[in-house]
Amino acid sequence: MQFHGKAHKFSDNVNTDYIISGKYKFKTLDMKELARHVMEDLDPDFYRKITAGDFIVGGTNFGCGSSREQAPLAIKHAGISAVLAKSFARIFYRNAINTGLPVVECDTGEIESGDELLVDLAGGVITNKTRGVAIPVKPLPAVMIKVLNDGGLAAHFRKYGGFNFD
Amino acid sequence: MGQTIIEKILSSHSGKSVQAGEIVVAQVDYIMGQDGTAPLAIQAFNEMGGKAVFDREKVAFVIDHSAPSPNEGVSALHKLMREFAKEKGFRLYDVGEGVCHQLIPESGRVGPGSLVIGADSHTCTYGALNAFSTGVGSTDLAGAIISGRMWFKVPETIKFVCHGVLPAGVYAKDLILYLIGAVTADGATYMAAEYTGEAIRALSQESRFTVANMAIEMGAKAGLMEADEKTFAWLRRFTDHKFAPVPADPDAAYARVLEYDVSALEPQVALPHQVDNVAPLGKVAGTPVQEAVIGTCTNGRLEDLRIAAGILRGRKVHPEVRLIVAPASRRVFLEAIEEGAIRDLVEAGAAVVTPGCGPCVGTHNGVPSDGENVISTANRNFKGRMGNSKAQIFLASPAAVAASALTGRITDPREYF
Ligand code: SF4
Repeated sequence: MQFHGKAHKFSDNVNTDYIISGKYKFKTLDMKELARHVMEDLDPDFYRKITAGDFIVGGTNFGCGSSREQAPLAIKHAGISAVLAKSFARIFYRNAINTGLPVVECDTGEIESGDELLVDLAGGVITNKTRGVAIPVKPLPAVMIKVLNDGGLAAHFRKYGGFNFD
Repeated sequence: MGQTIIEKILSSHSGKSVQAGEIVVAQVDYIMGQDGTAPLAIQAFNEMGGKAVFDREKVAFVIDHSAPSPNEGVSALHKLMREFAKEKGFRLYDVGEGVCHQLIPESGRVGPGSLVIGADSHTCTYGALNAFSTGVGSTDLAGAIISGRMWFKVPETIKFVCHGVLPAGVYAKDLILYLIGAVTADGATYMAAEYTGEAIRALSQESRFTVANMAIEMGAKAGLMEADEKTFAWLRRFTDHKFAPVPADPDAAYARVLEYDVSALEPQVALPHQVDNVAPLGKVAGTPVQEAVIGTCTNGRLEDLRIAAGILRGRKVHPEVRLIVAPASRRVFLEAIEEGAIRDLVEAGAAVVTPGCGPCVGTHNGVPSDGENVISTANRNFKGRMGNSKAQIFLASPAAVAASALTGRITDPREYF
């Protein structure tokens, strides 16, 4: 899996209320509608700044807070190809994999907003083209690679009729 | 080698002895979804090709986050949940029954050694009953509803040993806020927390729920405690089932052991907009507040309402403050009516809303205005959490919220003892 796009940088502890506010997510299952409000409380114009394929780049503890799966789904439907962060909150991390949104643990200290990135998940490396640096990626656990490759947990279940990690 | 509580529970539910770091597929004893997460889980269930739930007695949906419904979008999702639960034949707790994290323990189906997942991050609350319970997303929930199983990474554990006894006017809420401030919002990410020591043992069972509830605010997967006579006495009110306690082994391996002496702890407050932005209340005493909230899965239990009523009895809420009270469950509401706490609160000027989440998550029941300050007994103060990103939320104990509602300023509750 390879992705190419520009970075949108956020700070540490981006929580799920910032990713998609509770006042929207309780109302609808229309993820395209939710996507319009992604990160709204941090940057009211954020949705309009995204070009399909771009990356959200966080610091530590990205996705902390609630268990709302609308968070990774809204990010995905907004056209973001992957989220890069120093660390993720565990429920968000699972939800992202389960819904097929790639999440990449790496040192995001050398990435700024606007930087052009090439993310090679299989190769385990990110190239920051703007700054000319390569950033190594912390590999995903095997179980998660399997779920991601199957296209998310729902597709995994359809394929095997249940969990199949052997 | 010995095992932590969570290693033992994941061992008993996966049929092999496991240690931190391993990945297991484990049986789950109970599964819960609420109205913010269940609709997506129904969608995932259908996508997975699900037909039936694995065990009708072990699944429940709760309508608590936006209950009663504030608009037609929410109403449609509630209807979807009701129809799904009816068709599959499992329990749905409807509007007015209470917050999921009060109802599931009250159902008597969760106790020492249980493994519970809920599509709500504060599912960690039942760790106070010596259970491993954790929050998951909607797709994980759907997978478990179909198969009765879920995969887990066995986490390492941080042990918090709390020595001493909390002083008067200082509560479980102050204790957990203090611990979160100390370890920060991601201090326990990917790990479990075990809370122990004489200060924890001295807490009532209700107070222990407050501590376990906020484990997620330090990033933890679970917040566990050992079971004792108080745990079993509490459970006996709801079930005859005999649960066997699951203690940690003395030689269990911990990622860290942190020791605190809480005998001189002061009332604490989490300042906007992060839960780990904790300070002694004195530092912000006098800050004006326009809204005060008592309730939520953190502090909406009988003990909490009783403490608030004790301070508000015979007094009046400040004319420029709205005090909103949401009992954690219908049972709590009725008990608080019977013992007079609700009368005291209402006479003082409180607006009592439907048992459930109340204004906690910004969907209804008291969205603050721009620039307003709210003091709340909830567990999260993120910007926009209560539905307005231009409001500030301060988190504190029920006593501190009640005292602040009286004066219109953040106030040390010990002034009212
Ligand atoms: S009371 Fe608040 S924190 Fe608790 S379950 Fe409801 S919305 Fe979540």
